[in-house]
Amino acid sequence: MFYRWPTATRLTVCLLALVCASCGKKYAAITLAGSTAFQPFAEKLAEEFMAQRSGVAITVQGGGSAVGIQSALSGVAQIGMADLVQLPPEAKELTSIVVARDGIAIIVNPANPIKDLSTVQVREIFEGKIGNWKDVGGTDKLITVVSREAGSGTRMSFEQLIGGIQLTRNAIIQDSSGTIRETVANDANAIGYLTHGVISQKVKPVTVDGVECTTAVIMASQYKLVRPVFFLTKGPATGAAKEFIDYVLSPEGQEIIKKNGLIPAQ
Amino acid sequence: MKFDRETNVQRLLLVIALSAITSLLLIAVFIFKEGVPFILQVGLRNFLLSSDWRPHAGKFGIYPMIVASLWVTFGAMLIGAPLGVAGAIFLNEFVPRTVMRVIKPTIELLAGIPSVVFGFIGVVVLAPLIRAHLGGPGLSVLAAAIVLGIMVLPTIISISTDAIAAVPQTYREGALALGATRWQAVHMVVVKAARSGIVASIILAMGRAVGETMAVIMVAGNAAKVPHSPLDSAQTLTATIALEMASATGMHRQALFATGVVLFVVIMVLNSIATVAVRRRIGKNSKR
Repeated sequence: MFYRWPTATRLTVCLLALVCASCGKKYAAITLAGSTAFQPFAEKLAEEFMAQRSGVAITVQGGGSAVGIQSALSGVAQIGMADLVQLPPEAKELTSIVVARDGIAIIVNPANPIKDLSTVQVREIFEGKIGNWKDVGGTDKLITVVSREAGSGTRMSFEQLIGGIQLTRNAIIQDSSGTIRETVANDANAIGYLTHGVISQKVKPVTVDGVECTTAVIMASQYKLVRPVFFLTKGPATGAAKEFIDYVLSPEGQEIIKKNGLIPAQ
Repeated sequence: MKFDRETNVQRLLLVIALSAITSLLLIAVFIFKEGVPFILQVGLRNFLLSSDWRPHAGKFGIYPMIVASLWVTFGAMLIGAPLGVAGAIFLNEFVPRTVMRVIKPTIELLAGIPSVVFGFIGVVVLAPLIRAHLGGPGLSVLAAAIVLGIMVLPTIISISTDAIAAVPQTYREGALALGATRWQAVHMVVVKAARSGIVASIILAMGRAVGETMAVIMVAGNAAKVPHSPLDSAQTLTATIALEMASATGMHRQALFATGVVLFVVIMVLNSIATVAVRRRIGKNSKR
């Protein structure tokens, strides 16, 4: 026994070394970083892509749209992800491609009788000018406004799409779509907004100007609150990064995006 | 060169001990390097006393966050300090040693519960209760104060118990011999003698409450305005940094580092006060 163990160990080490040497030659590594809203979709796409194309390793990181732009600029990530209506000026030198679109749904608690809000009402609620549900046809209860943190791509897009909202100081701030949903689900008087892909039974989406936020309606481009999801690269994408972007834009990639609740690019 | 084992181990331990200090220094230098230029640029008055926090419009006033941090911390002390000190007195003076040996470790176990768990319970249990019975959004200064008040209990209880246990037995005997009842002996003699230790425990707990982040983010509601009542939601200094760091760039990022400087200074001051208080107690006891 004493003499066998070292031999076995040595063999294992040799094998491992061989495997590693071969993978070092073959593998190309891509890193994606940015938008937390698109992160789960990117992970799914990367998984499918890697299953078909052995030899490419894709890492998907979050961090937010700002991080996506920064890391594409600095080269930390080959592909940056950003979901903003308008890319900031520092992103001008990056090549951007729209890979998907995302509807922002406005949600209330299921116990709330409100079914529809106009764009103006939404703006005034989030600006704090309307503070009671009875002013928009609901019950006599104070409205709890729930929003994302400053710097969030969803918040910037939402405020821009509704038309330059200056958020009320009374707004409760949550730092992810998931916690927004939980807060609204727990508070009968709350209103919030989130990417429509993560709506669940616990919250109720309201129609905006009478238009529903569903995949079909967004595809018919009737819903107002839609933002693009960008892939950003420093210069035109090359090699494995280009292959991956092509895959995401292919009918198969777009189908995965659609199946998981997001809107295809076109 | 030849080293025997003894000196090698000594050197190794020295390096390890220094690395802790070095990392503290590095953290301080880094935060100040990033934050101080920003404060100078915006102006200390503007930064600390303006209540307009809109990073994307170039408005960086952290006054609401400072007020929120103070409210939450003092609220937590209002709840935690009486409970903690009373608990420590009870454990030391009114409970047999054997029972204390079971209860004290159990309380200290509370310190091991992650703050996310406290926050989660706050969100799921406490906030709906406050919303239903007292009104407001539920996620509020009050909810944060209650959660933090419970979180700091182990700090207060364990340091206060040590301070009370360090009071010489002769003090108690003397008081009782003079005809004091047990309660009179406790609150007129023992607590007075252990006062600086008890104060130190409360100040250390305050440091912990000021610095707590996760639980506060979850239960305070994070509205960036000056709270007017305990039922309002508020955003503390730590919550601001944690919420916005991920997506902050440029000036916004520097502003968060400057917020870190403010926190750093506050906690350093609190810790120094606690250290001085503890030292005074030890000095007193050893003289006698």
